Amino acid sequence: MRSENYKQIQTMKNRSLISIDDFTKEEYFSVLDAAEQFERKPVQNILDGKVIATLFFEPSTRTRLSFESAVNYLGGKVIGFSDASSSSVKKGESLKDTILTVCNYSDLIVLRHPREGSARYASEVGTVPIVNAGDGANQHPTQCLLDLYSIRKTQGKLDNLDIAFVGDLKYGRTVHSLVIAMTNFNCRFHLVSPPELKLPSSVKMHIKEKNLEYYQYTDLSEVIPMADIIYMTRIQRERFSDPIDYEKVKNAYILNRGLLTNTKTNMKILHPLPRVNEINEDVDDLPQAYYFQQALNGLYVRQAILKLILGL
Amino acid sequence: MEQDKKPVKEFVVSAIENGTVIDHIPAQSVFQVIHILNLDKYGNQILFGTNLDSNKYGKKGIIKVTNKYFKPVEINKIALVAPTATLIIIKDFRVIEKKKVEIPDTIETYVQCVNPNCITNHEDVPTKFKVLDKVDSRLKCTYCEKITEKKNMTFR
Ligand SMILES: [Zn+2]
Repeated sequence: MRSENYKQIQTMKNRSLISIDDFTKEEYFSVLDAAEQFERKPVQNILDGKVIATLFFEPSTRTRLSFESAVNYLGGKVIGFSDASSSSVKKGESLKDTILTVCNYSDLIVLRHPREGSARYASEVGTVPIVNAGDGANQHPTQCLLDLYSIRKTQGKLDNLDIAFVGDLKYGRTVHSLVIAMTNFNCRFHLVSPPELKLPSSVKMHIKEKNLEYYQYTDLSEVIPMADIIYMTRIQRERFSDPIDYEKVKNAYILNRGLLTNTKTNMKILHPLPRVNEINEDVDDLPQAYYFQQALNGLYVRQAILKLILGL
Repeated sequence: MEQDKKPVKEFVVSAIENGTVIDHIPAQSVFQVIHILNLDKYGNQILFGTNLDSNKYGKKGIIKVTNKYFKPVEINKIALVAPTATLIIIKDFRVIEKKKVEIPDTIETYVQCVNPNCITNHEDVPTKFKVLDKVDSRLKCTYCEKITEKKNMTFR
């Protein structure tokens, strides 16, 4: 049952979800509202008789399990594969042929592929909607939507927030997408990273275009007292050409309990997971730790996306 | 003196009977234009010059190709590497048409995406770009969303 003020929009029906830029602010909100409904009632039989294909050309267990559990809780069936070595791709089949074949057997395809642009291409050749579950370093829109959901849920709004992004801001796809999505709202961006891993100017351009404020820091402790959201990411050793540069910064962007003594009461820590050591385990039972709940929100958001795209 | 100027003028437009003159090419782009049009493998007569004085553009280049009229795809390629170029169509030593090249709003199939990890560089997928900037030839790949610029543009 839908709550009285919930009205499902029809503009996403039968459309693929490839890039976060493809959708309007109103459509984002529609996904978040539908996700809220699923958080209240995650088990609904709306996918009865539907088949969802999960085609993972590279392994991403976390994302795949989240999609598959979304389908299962809604009473649908899943077909697919979890890495390319177990599929006909290994025998040299083209992406186009794989997509066209699987379109015959399913109502929607969730696609994870190592090449950038693969999901857009699949949506052009396929006859069923494609949901992009990550195309190389390009887009991963369901991650972005679950981040937005987590921010709205914990802050009660998306506007007028101080959001700190910490760690690898140069290569982090999730950070780029979320920064760009948040420029639709009147937020202040606090960008904390080593000088080598600053947010690319192409992403900063989006902030500037909307005349929003951003500040850059190298010291994590500076932003903690003012942040509403701290979005942590991992700094990978292989991003540094000189290992000495990595050794210098590797411990500078780690959150621990001691750093979190003076925060706003509403502050929450997000992380796209998996983490390595950038959030110390002594943070996990603090009220600010939200990253596991954030992953659970991914289930509701993916349920919402399936519902809206299939027009159910 | 009148006679001193005349040979240059003739070189510029009227020396071929039939064919196309590509004029007002940025001086540094002449060899790139020859390359992208495969003129280095063309059998008929070609004349070209570069670092010629131009009132409008300082130094310019010019290429004259006999018995050749370019297709729209080829003209679009010229536009991408030499946006200031003018095409002069010549028949029986007479100028039939002069037109400035123009970069279209979208570009399909003939430009290669600069991103080595783009799907178009791994599967048999025709490329597709949205033109972001017609002066600097900045193209956004429809698939991987990366920007290909004039300086690293290659053609298929
Ligand atoms: Zn591309």
